[in-house]
Amino acid sequence: MPLIQRLHRFIAACVVCTLGSAAPAAWATDDGAKLYAHHCAACHGSRGTGGVGVPLALPDFLAAADDNFLRKTIRLGRPGRVMPAFRQLSDAEVDTLIRYIRGWAPTGTSKAAIEKSSIKGNVERGGKLYARYCAACHGAHGEGGHGTGVTFSRPRDLPVLAPALNNPGLLAAASDATIKTTLMRGRRGTPMPSFLKLGLKEQDIDDLVVYVRAFKPETLPDPVQSMADEPPVIERASPYDMDKTVERLKEAIGAANMRLIRTESFDRTFSEDSRENKRHVVVDSCDFDFLNQALKIDPRVGLFLPCRFTLSERDGKVSVSTINPKRLSAIFNNSELNQLCDKMHKVYVDILEEATF
Amino acid sequence: MKFRALRHIFFPWLAAMLLALPARADELLMVRAERPFADAINDLQIAIQDHGYKVARIQRVDVGLASGGYATAEYRLVFFGKPEEMREIEDRYPELLPYLPLKIVIFAEGNSALALAYNPAILQGFFKIDPLQSRFQRWEKDIREILDQFAAQ
Repeated sequence: MPLIQRLHRFIAACVVCTLGSAAPAAWATDDGAKLYAHHCAACHGSRGTGGVGVPLALPDFLAAADDNFLRKTIRLGRPGRVMPAFRQLSDAEVDTLIRYIRGWAPTGTSKAAIEKSSIKGNVERGGKLYARYCAACHGAHGEGGHGTGVTFSRPRDLPVLAPALNNPGLLAAASDATIKTTLMRGRRGTPMPSFLKLGLKEQDIDDLVVYVRAFKPETLPDPVQSMADEPPVIERASPYDMDKTVERLKEAIGAANMRLIRTESFDRTFSEDSRENKRHVVVDSCDFDFLNQALKIDPRVGLFLPCRFTLSERDGKVSVSTINPKRLSAIFNNSELNQLCDKMHKVYVDILEEATF
Repeated sequence: MKFRALRHIFFPWLAAMLLALPARADELLMVRAERPFADAINDLQIAIQDHGYKVARIQRVDVGLASGGYATAEYRLVFFGKPEEMREIEDRYPELLPYLPLKIVIFAEGNSALALAYNPAILQGFFKIDPLQSRFQRWEKDIREILDQFAAQ
C-alpha cells in the first residue's frame, strides 16, 4: 500500500476515533444545557450566576461540592427552603446535569473527590467558634438567612442567601469534607469568607465541622406535613342574596384594611365582551403592605394574587369562597411563606365570616 | 463514637426519608427569558395566543405596589383562558372558579424576566373531578409549551 494511501487511512482512523470519543461528550453537554435550561435556569440563572436560587458557577462552590453532594441536593432538595426535590429525573439525567454544572469550573480545576471519612473534632469548642464566626449569617441554630435571592428580597450585591445548615436536605447531602472545604476556601463572590484567612487553624475548622454536623435537623416544615391536607378553597354559605352578600363582603374587606380593586361578574374576568352572568361574581382586593412583606419572603407569591373572593349562586343559595393560601403554599416549598399563608388564611376566614354572619 | 454512629446510621436514614416524600419540583412551573421585561411580556402574550387562548387581562401589581410607596421591579399577572371552556366550568363546576381563569406571573429580574404558573395538574388532586382530568392535563401541556416558547424566543 502506497505511503500516501496509508497516511490517508491513518488520518481517517484518527478522525473516526476522535469523533467516536468526542461526540458523546458533546451530546452530553448539549443534553446538559437543555436539562439545565428546563429545570434549573429559572432559579439559578442561565449561566449559573444565581437568582431565586444560589449561584452555582462559583469556583469555590464547585471545588467544595463533590458529585455526591450535587446528586443528593438535586434528588432531595432543601425541604422548606424553596429548592425542590427533583425525583422525576432519571439517574442519567442527574449525572448529565452534574457534568454540565461542572463545566463552569475554571480550566484546570480538579473535581472535588468524594470523601467518606468523618472528621474528628471538639463539638463544644466548635459551638463557641460557631457563635462567634457563623451565627450572624447562618442563625444561632443554623436556620439560615431569610427570603430568597432576587431583587424583591435583597440587593443584588449579595448573590447568595446564607444556607440553612440545619436543613435535613443539606445535612444528608454534605459530607464532612464538603463542609470543611467550604470553610477553608470560603466562597469568593459571596459574603462567605475563608476561615483560614480569618486566622483559624485547621483544627478549629474541624471543630466547626463537627459542630455543624451535630445540628439537629430542622423538623420537616409545613409544606411536607400538614399543608397538603388542607382543602383547596375556603368557603362559607351566605344567608343573604347576591347583592346583599357583595355589599357585606366589601364592608368586611374594608374593615380588614384591604384595598378594594374591582367587582365584576366572573365571565368578565376572561372576556370583556362576554355575557354578564350575575350568578358568579368576583371581588378583587389587595393588602399592598402584606404583599410587599410576602414578596420579600418569596418573589413567586403572585400566584396567590389577586386576593379574590368568588360569590356563586346555586339554587337560590349564595356562597363565598377564596383559594386556601395554606393549600397553595404547599407547592412553594418555603416554610417562611407558610407562616404568612397561615396569617392570610385567618384574614380570609375573618372576612368570609364577617360577610356571611 | 456517638457522632460516628449518627453519621453512619442517621444521615442515610434521613436521605431515605426525604426521598420517600412526594415529589414537588413539577407542581410549580417556572422559566427564565434572557431579555428585557418589556419584550418578555409581549412575547408571553404572543405565546399564550399562539396556543389558542385569549389574554383576558394583565394586572399591574407593580403599579399598585408603587402607588403604596413600595419600591418594586416590574411585576404583572397575565390572566387567560378559552371563553367557551371558562363558561362551561362556570356552569358545571363553580367550585373551581377561585383558581380560574388561568394565569401566569411574570416579573423582572435585572435584564431577564421570570414567568411562572402552578401546574394545572394539581387541580385534579385538589378537586378530584374525573371528567376534567383530561382538561387539566391539556392545560398542563399547553402551559408548559407556552412557557417553553416564552423562554426560547
